[in-house]
Amino acid sequence: MISVPITARARIGRWLPLTPATVLLGIFVAGPVLWCVFAAFTDTALTGAAARDPDFVGFQNIERVLTGPDIGASVWSTVVFVVASAVIGQNGLGLLLAVLIQHRSRFVRQTVSATVISEWVLPEVVAALAIHEVLNDHGPMNQLFRFMGTGPQEWLYTAPMSVVIVANAWHGAAFSLLIYQAALDEVPGELIEAAQIDGAGPVRRFRYVVLPLIRRTIAANLVLVTLQNIGMFSLIFVLTGGGPGNKTETLPLLMYEQAFKYGRIGLGAAIALVLLLLGAVFSSAYVRSLSRQV
Amino acid sequence: MRFKVATTMLIVVALVFAVAGCGSDGSRANTIRVVYRSYSDFTAMGPLVTAVKTEFEAANPGMTVQLVPVTALDNDYQHKLQLMQRSAATAPDVFFEDSYYVNSDAAAGYLLPLDDYLGSWPDWHSQFIESTKQAGKSVDGKTYGVPLGTDSRGLWFNRNILARAGLPADWQPATWDDVLGAARKIKQVEPDVEPLYLPVGKPMAEGTSITLQMLLHGTETANLYNAATKRWVAPSRGMQDALNFVATAMREGLMQTAAQAEDTQWSRVERTRLIAQEKIAIVMDGSWYPSFWKPGGVSPWPNWSQTLGTAAFPTQHGQAPGKVNLSGGLTLALGARTAHAQAAFQFMTIAVNQKNSAAMALACSWLPVRKDVQADPRLSQADSSEPFWAGLLPLTRYRPTLADYPKVSDTMQTAGESVINGADPSRAAQQWADAVVRLVGSGETEAG
Repeated sequence: MISVPITARARIGRWLPLTPATVLLGIFVAGPVLWCVFAAFTDTALTGAAARDPDFVGFQNIERVLTGPDIGASVWSTVVFVVASAVIGQNGLGLLLAVLIQHRSRFVRQTVSATVISEWVLPEVVAALAIHEVLNDHGPMNQLFRFMGTGPQEWLYTAPMSVVIVANAWHGAAFSLLIYQAALDEVPGELIEAAQIDGAGPVRRFRYVVLPLIRRTIAANLVLVTLQNIGMFSLIFVLTGGGPGNKTETLPLLMYEQAFKYGRIGLGAAIALVLLLLGAVFSSAYVRSLSRQV
Repeated sequence: MRFKVATTMLIVVALVFAVAGCGSDGSRANTIRVVYRSYSDFTAMGPLVTAVKTEFEAANPGMTVQLVPVTALDNDYQHKLQLMQRSAATAPDVFFEDSYYVNSDAAAGYLLPLDDYLGSWPDWHSQFIESTKQAGKSVDGKTYGVPLGTDSRGLWFNRNILARAGLPADWQPATWDDVLGAARKIKQVEPDVEPLYLPVGKPMAEGTSITLQMLLHGTETANLYNAATKRWVAPSRGMQDALNFVATAMREGLMQTAAQAEDTQWSRVERTRLIAQEKIAIVMDGSWYPSFWKPGGVSPWPNWSQTLGTAAFPTQHGQAPGKVNLSGGLTLALGARTAHAQAAFQFMTIAVNQKNSAAMALACSWLPVRKDVQADPRLSQADSSEPFWAGLLPLTRYRPTLADYPKVSDTMQTAGESVINGADPSRAAQQWADAVVRLVGSGETEAG
């Protein structure tokens, strides 16, 4: 009987220090998210008569998004970007680098890590401007091409998606590298040794010993990297602005264009919901396919 | 115990923030908030409002002016401003407003109608040039903005390059073919020079629709919006010809490359630098370029006035009136939620008085909106092209910035962009017309 008030007090005591954070998260995270969901069902606009008095329009925005001419191309660009740049690019490059430098000297490890992390530290806008300078007509890349006898290439015009994919993989690989470095350090040396004695070469050791052991890390990293990149805006915006045409117009850029270039906040919010859905699809796919065993 | 102390302190801190948050609103009682755009391409507003603040505060003891510069490009500035206007806590009292948004912002209820104040303001009747007043006027007949400055559009050309191509120093094309013909000659003689610059492409945004409308005004179709029938003109033979003009220049390599036109950084900085390096021969754009070339501008060029000539942009076949012009308007407006309308209006009148208006025209290479500023000899001394551009104002036209205009403008931007990326101009024109009919409704359009 006596234990009841103490438990209640303890419970309150436990919640008390969390209250400010909960309130702040409620106001600044949950609030805007709920407002965004609400706005997706209205014709809220930045200007014009709808800005004064937004109307509830039901599923009209969602319908426009799903049947509009832009959305298919945009969802496709987003999927291509995320798969090529985040999943293959950042995740793959991070894992590859982590494996390659694992047993190298401290100097090699530190030089490689420092180089990769220094790219990550650059703000996206700065990284994008740096890439732009490199690929420019008078940039080093085209100087090299001129020197080799081929004419300069208009990289951002002829292969905009590839540029954006490579630039983002280059910029963000450090996160995966750090995660995988930590995971590989946790793989017990005895297991590797045992496999080696059994006659397994480096590829088989990696495939049958290391990979199953870091499976959970891969799943976690894939979810994190995908969610970090699915909303990637500034790098693409600075490099191509979504163009030429709509060749690099991923969902975040389409959302920005509708909401802040054309002022259709409601439609922009509806696109945000599609983006949310796409993120959920990616994440649940990873969780399912990679955490079934072990 | 220590845990409890920490919790209590956290709560106290949170409460202090909450109370401070409430308090900050109260201090606005005697403050008017002034919001303006400040960016490397437009730095003159800062000095203007600072000077006006001093003058205003001296004349109104107890009142304070809070200056809020917004560091952004055109389009982003306007949308930040619109976001600020959505809440009373951030809504400005006085702000810089592009005439392009006057109609839609008035419909949104952001702007205060000024007619009651303007009626008893002598300068409005005696000094402001009548044609410039339409920049701040909405379709509901009320005036929401007082003009700060205006501009003209036409051709800048490099006399040195044109001379080498055998063209006269006072070159004046009479038709579109004259423009293309000159560009072809330049391409032959000076392969390293880009003969023509047309503001078209994704980074230009609204600039693309302005270019197409300039061209359209010189065709037989002439109008984007028929004011007499209150209908949008689509499908439009004129729009097809305009797109064809751009496509021809692109196809023959007479203008900037598609990659350059689509490149944000090229459009923002590189282009003005190339003009100053005499790598672009003819530029179809506006009267404000000298502000880029003066000391501290985007690409300073002290000798520009000796090298560059100006010409009006011709009509398609030279038909009357022979040339076209299109103006934008820059205005000051008051917030509909202002608690100090009288004070805010007073601030505005100081900002556009003779002295300040002249200072702005000089700093931004804007064309004057006041008669006494127009008569100021300093303007033509500072910028020798000013009389030419001001001379184009009588035939100028404004964009039909109705509520549907932003949607129609989007479709023109898409059409212009598709053509520079190689689309067939007749098909682009057809797709454009279909899009306009779909957006504004078939009852609101007519063929032309």
